[in-house]
Order: sequence, then structure tokens, then C-alpha cells
Amino acid sequence: MINNRDEIIETIRMIEEENLDVRTITMGISLVDCIDNDIHKSCEKVYNKIYRYAKDLVKVGNEISKKYGIPIVNKRVSVTPISILVGVSGGDPVLYAKTLDKVAKDIGIDFIGGYSALVQKGFAPGDKELIDSIPRALNETSFVCSSVNVGSTRAGINLDAVKIMGQKVLEAAELSKDRECIAASKMVIFCNAVEDNPFMAGAFHGIGEADCVINVGVSGPGAVRAAVAKCPKDASISEIADVIKKTAFKVTRMGQLVGVEASKMLGVEFGIVDLSLAPTPAIGDSVAHILEEMGLEQCGGVGTTACLAILNDAVKKGGVMASSRVGGLSGAFIPVSEDQGMIDATKSGALCIEKLEAMTAVCSVGLDMIVIPGDTTPEVISALIADEAAIGMINSKTTAVRVIPAIGRKAGEELNFGGLLGHAPIMAIRPQSPKTFIDRGGQIPAPLNSLKN
Amino acid sequence: MKAIISVVGKDTVGILAAVATKCAEYKVNIQDVNQTIIDELFTMYMVVNLDNLTIEFTSFVDEIHKVGEEKNLKIECMHEDIFNLMHKI
Repeated sequence: MINNRDEIIETIRMIEEENLDVRTITMGISLVDCIDNDIHKSCEKVYNKIYRYAKDLVKVGNEISKKYGIPIVNKRVSVTPISILVGVSGGDPVLYAKTLDKVAKDIGIDFIGGYSALVQKGFAPGDKELIDSIPRALNETSFVCSSVNVGSTRAGINLDAVKIMGQKVLEAAELSKDRECIAASKMVIFCNAVEDNPFMAGAFHGIGEADCVINVGVSGPGAVRAAVAKCPKDASISEIADVIKKTAFKVTRMGQLVGVEASKMLGVEFGIVDLSLAPTPAIGDSVAHILEEMGLEQCGGVGTTACLAILNDAVKKGGVMASSRVGGLSGAFIPVSEDQGMIDATKSGALCIEKLEAMTAVCSVGLDMIVIPGDTTPEVISALIADEAAIGMINSKTTAVRVIPAIGRKAGEELNFGGLLGHAPIMAIRPQSPKTFIDRGGQIPAPLNSLKN
Repeated sequence: MKAIISVVGKDTVGILAAVATKCAEYKVNIQDVNQTIIDELFTMYMVVNLDNLTIEFTSFVDEIHKVGEEKNLKIECMHEDIFNLMHKI
């Protein structure tokens, strides 16, 4: 039964004018059976397995895109955290990064994630070596993304890892300072990282996952904004929440359709749909603009946290009904450099890092794509990570930090990454030293609410 | 199997004829045509039946895209499933 006229026009407008798209099809691949004592053999097996499983990913993505007339912006691969492989094989972990980079290039995907380590409760063999190599690995590759999980509600926060990651963020920016410090934009530090996240830079294929799965990340801030804009100015906030729910349902159905179709065509199990609102720098594709459409003068002012909480909750409620399997990060993203409304709010002074921190308590995921002054000390970055991880740990949610120190530049200047990563003005960060706190090291104990059994 | 052919952009002479000719060429049956102007933007859609389509669906989509390029319009051909799934529980 074909739909009525209004429904057909609504779908066409959502895609044509409101930037509705499937942000990513991400194939998760387990590398557990590639581990070898010899790092060169291990790398060879990694290359062969990823190539074998994902060689048709781009082709299938493009075919589905053509069949349904829906853009599928990215095709990506996520793999088992590489630290596990390093733990067995030893050797220079960057060899794995280069292998991942080569296979990504050969199969034509946009990003490959999983140059990762999970160290929330301590360092296993391979973890420290991998973490130490992250800046170099990201600087010497184009497609590889990296993430480190430093905390969880169950385990608490590994403050030693937090300290190291502050240094690594700065190192990555330093190494790539002649390329807008781009290496730092490809690393994420998590608390409560999820194992089936299809979004970069934080995607990795958890060890609890199947051999190979297809995960889909939907987008659609523009469609949500347009739906809210159609509501009268005196519509109650419950009505606004309902409108968002209905739009999220439609957006997610599209993601479900694409995921099921891709898994069928590739002969791979369907994993999850990640119900996320992921903005892009394109005009009209901004999460900040949804908040403004809800009734704020500008994103970042008082009321922003409340509006974001409503938006985040409504997206989940609408989306969950539309998909048989929901997972990943699922929520609204607030990456500053990728969202025109956030960029404008930063420039005008309405949005500051402390407000963003408050916003991360009510949405997915965290302090994302924020450019900070290049002279920020490593311990300030570490303490920022600790603050964010604490919000995640206490609230049993995923939080993350992806900040880019703009080496050689100060607050008010700008970094421009281009493409989906966008551009952003440098945001001031409080310089008061947390050095003694960070230098203490050790484990921040798991909170009382971790004891659920 | 059905699909929706949509045209969005500035109204010009001969759009309908060009799309209809292409449909006839590949034995695609037009079942419904609807057009409207929203915010000064011309939006037309056709419901078409593809049961007798003589080429692969994705190749037909390519042909339709070509018509769009020639006319300087955004023309899409989308499988009906996307509409049904988005609007029905």
C-alpha cells in the first residue's frame, strides 16, 4: 500500500531539504582469531580478514543509497581493541595502525576505528604500549581512529590512565600542528564506552560482540528542527516533545531499513541502530538550532540543558519503537566544530566549555570536537577528562572527551579541519592547575550506585 | 514493486514529458502523478509500477538521474519501502 500525498512529500522534503541521511554503516569485525605471536603475521591476518569481510561494504552502501534515494554518508569498519592483539604479539603497535590504514584505503571506506584500549580498572599487557603509540599512529595514518576507556560506573576511574591521556592528546596535536592538529580529532577518551558504537572516532568492536555485525548510525537534526519549527510558538513543551518523538521514529525507521538491507546483502548479522542526532556543518543540520527552535535565543544560554534533556529523551522514545535492536550511543551529539549553531554560539560568547560540560550530563556523549588553546597544560586536559568521566561514572552513562589543543594559537583564533569535522573557534579553558590531584594517580573508587547486585 | 519518482526544483517546461518518456522506454507504468508548490519550490512525484521493468532497478535510477542532470533538477527514484516504513507502524 503506497502512502498518501503528504507522507510522500514529507519524506522527500526530509531528504532533499532537511539533510536527512544515514550517517554511517559501520561493519564491526572481530580480530580475535588474527592474534599471533609474530606481529607481522598478526598484521597480515588482520589485513586479510578485514579485506575479506568488508571489501563490498562501500559497494553495498552505494547500492542501498541508490535504491532508496537516501544518502549514506560514511562507510566504516570497527575492530577489536588493538591493545589485545599487541598484548600477545608485542612489537611496535603502529604496525597495526598502518595495516588498518592500508586496508581502509584499499576497500575505500571513510574511517576505521578500534586502535583502542580498555583500561578502566588497570593496564593489561599491551595497553600501555598501545596508548603510548596513539599520537604517532594517528599522525602517520589517515583513516585510523583511536579511543581509550578510562572509567566505568562498575570500575571507577583509572586516574593513572587519565594522566597519560592528557599528555597524549597534547602530543597528538603537537605532532600534527602543521595540519590543524588533526591527529587529536581522531582520538576519544571514554567513560562507560559502548561496544557497538558505529560513530567515529570512538567506534570499536567489543569483545562481547559476534564475529561480524552491521551497525547503523542515523542522523537528522535538520528534519527534527524543521518539524519543531512548524509548531506554533505557543505550543506546550509536551507537544514539542511529541513532535520530536514522531520525527525520531521516522528517521530511525530509515536506519533500520538500511541496516537490515545491508546485513542481508553482505550476509552479515544485523547489529543495532544507533538513535543519534549527529550534526554536520551543513546549513540546517545543527543540534544547536533545534534547541533555539524550541525557544532559546541562542544555544549556551540558561535553559539549554533543559531543552537538550527534552530533545535527547524524545529522540530515544521515538527511535526505540522504530527499531528491533537499538544500541550504540543513542542520543543527541554536541560536537562543537561540526555544528554551525554551536560554532556561532561559541563565537558570540554564549557557549562556554562549562556549559558544554553541563550539557553532557543530559545527552550523548561528551565534550566533543572542542578546540582549546595550544598552551593548555597536560594536567588541565587530564582534569577535564576526569571531570567528564566523573559525570559518566556517577550517572551510569557514556561520556567522552575529544578536545583539540590548537598548538601555537590562543583563544579567539580558529582551527579549520574541513569536511564533516568542520571548523571551530578556540574556546577558553580555566588554567588553574589541578597538577597535584592528577599526579596522585591510583583508582577513583567505583561509586555506591555500581553495587546493584 | 512500486517506486516514487520525485522532482524538486524550479519549474520548467517538459519535465513531466521527459520523465514519462524515460518510463515508457523501460516499460515502467505511471500510476499517479501529483504536483505542488511549497515555498516557491516545485515538487512533483509519480507513483510508478516496476513489475515489467526491463533493466536493473539501480540502472533505471541512473537513467532517471541523467534526466535530472539534463534538466538541471533534482530527480530521484526511490523504492516504495522507505515511504511505507517511515509512516506506518
